[in-house]
Amino acid sequence: MNYHWDWQFFFQEADDGLKYYEWVISGLGWTTAVSLASLAVALLLGSVLGVMRTTPKRWLVAVGDTYVDLFRNIPLIVQLFLWFFVVPELVPDKIGIWMKQDLPYIVTAVVGLGLYTAARIAEQVKSGINALPRGQRFAGLALGFTEWQTYRYVRLPMAYRIVLPALTSESMNIFKNSAVTYAVGILELYFQYKQIIEKTSQVLEITIVVTLAYFMLAFVMNRMLAFVEKRTRVPGLISGTGGK
Amino acid sequence: MSDFDFSVITANWHFLAEGLRYTLQVTVTAMIGGIIIGTLLALMRLSSNKPLQWFAAGYVNFFRSVPLVQVILAVYLILPLLLQFLTGKMIPIGAENSAYFTFTIFEAAYYSEIMRSGIQSVPRGQIGAGYALGFTYGQTMRLVVLPQAFRNMLPVLLTQTIVLFQDVSLVYAIGATDFFGAADKITQRDLRPVEMYTTVAVVYFIICFALSRLVKRLQARIAIIR
Repeated sequence: MNYHWDWQFFFQEADDGLKYYEWVISGLGWTTAVSLASLAVALLLGSVLGVMRTTPKRWLVAVGDTYVDLFRNIPLIVQLFLWFFVVPELVPDKIGIWMKQDLPYIVTAVVGLGLYTAARIAEQVKSGINALPRGQRFAGLALGFTEWQTYRYVRLPMAYRIVLPALTSESMNIFKNSAVTYAVGILELYFQYKQIIEKTSQVLEITIVVTLAYFMLAFVMNRMLAFVEKRTRVPGLISGTGGK
Repeated sequence: MSDFDFSVITANWHFLAEGLRYTLQVTVTAMIGGIIIGTLLALMRLSSNKPLQWFAAGYVNFFRSVPLVQVILAVYLILPLLLQFLTGKMIPIGAENSAYFTFTIFEAAYYSEIMRSGIQSVPRGQIGAGYALGFTYGQTMRLVVLPQAFRNMLPVLLTQTIVLFQDVSLVYAIGATDFFGAADKITQRDLRPVEMYTTVAVVYFIICFALSRLVKRLQARIAIIR
């Protein structure tokens, strides 16, 4: 193969005065920031939606179900483009202009990725709550808890433990999905990957490095949540065995 | 909202339909290829041969930990290098064609995990029964285990295909003209992002929503009562 290997190029200076390896590190930083912020949005909203879908109130269930159907059946990249290029045109002019000019890209990207992931998390939270025996809720109500209190003290603490493995894989997915935000101008790892290829043509070296970086992010997330899983495990239950 | 211009959509409908056709072609190709390779990987993973197990596990874990957009771009750039190395000639592949290959090998990793749990859902006694009838390993798998695994996992395989159908939109990264790519190219020319991106979202939603409802009904119909 007449491919010219050159690992040294990482230490060469790019146009902006930074070295290429610094581009990779900065991309890694943005990927982490976007992913963690989106994960926070997704966990919060996903939990609310998931709980809504298990309540006895019909309209709450309908709202939650509609949300999940809507956000799961449109590709992520299309959703991001909607938030960036369509929503600002549909809202009142003043807000639209503010969204286009003053609102930082990263906020829109985080909201987009967060709302997309929330649908998946809602699905898991719901199945976690539904996995509990009905008697748990009845027991709570019999103790004089309100509906909300049965969630707060009885059902959610168990439901989260049950779905923790699924949440772990969703948290790893969000790092991969964050790569799509390059399309709306976030300077994250994949963006830098693409840019470095354009500037240097050292495809193989940078592919190896960026692949390893994504591996590392997934691995760290996996270990952190395995730790949480271990710490929150309820003794005597089968659920939660295995660190995956 | 009042100036939503439907004529932009009707005027470009042909181009959009071409894009949608490409998206469907990639989806179907990657589904068939992915399920075949995925099944082979699952069999390797469950075999008693250690190197085969490692290979399958490595393959699956590798593709499951990298972002799809990165694989799409990397294959697009590296495949020609590899072909040149193997054949000694420069063979231009093109973004459209490289996507067929990328999605097949990428989705194989996901289909393989589904097939693996499908095979594991078949009771062990079935394999014993196959051998007792004098079947070879291949016959036992082909005639006894895989049909049941496939049936059990059909809804999950189809759900994965809906995900795949949506993921084809990521060929945006290499500039191939899929459904979304077509809409994006029209937007660049006509500067009507609202009409174009909304159309894409609505069409994707209708197709995926309808398919996922069908999968749900199928799931209820084929469930084996034990």
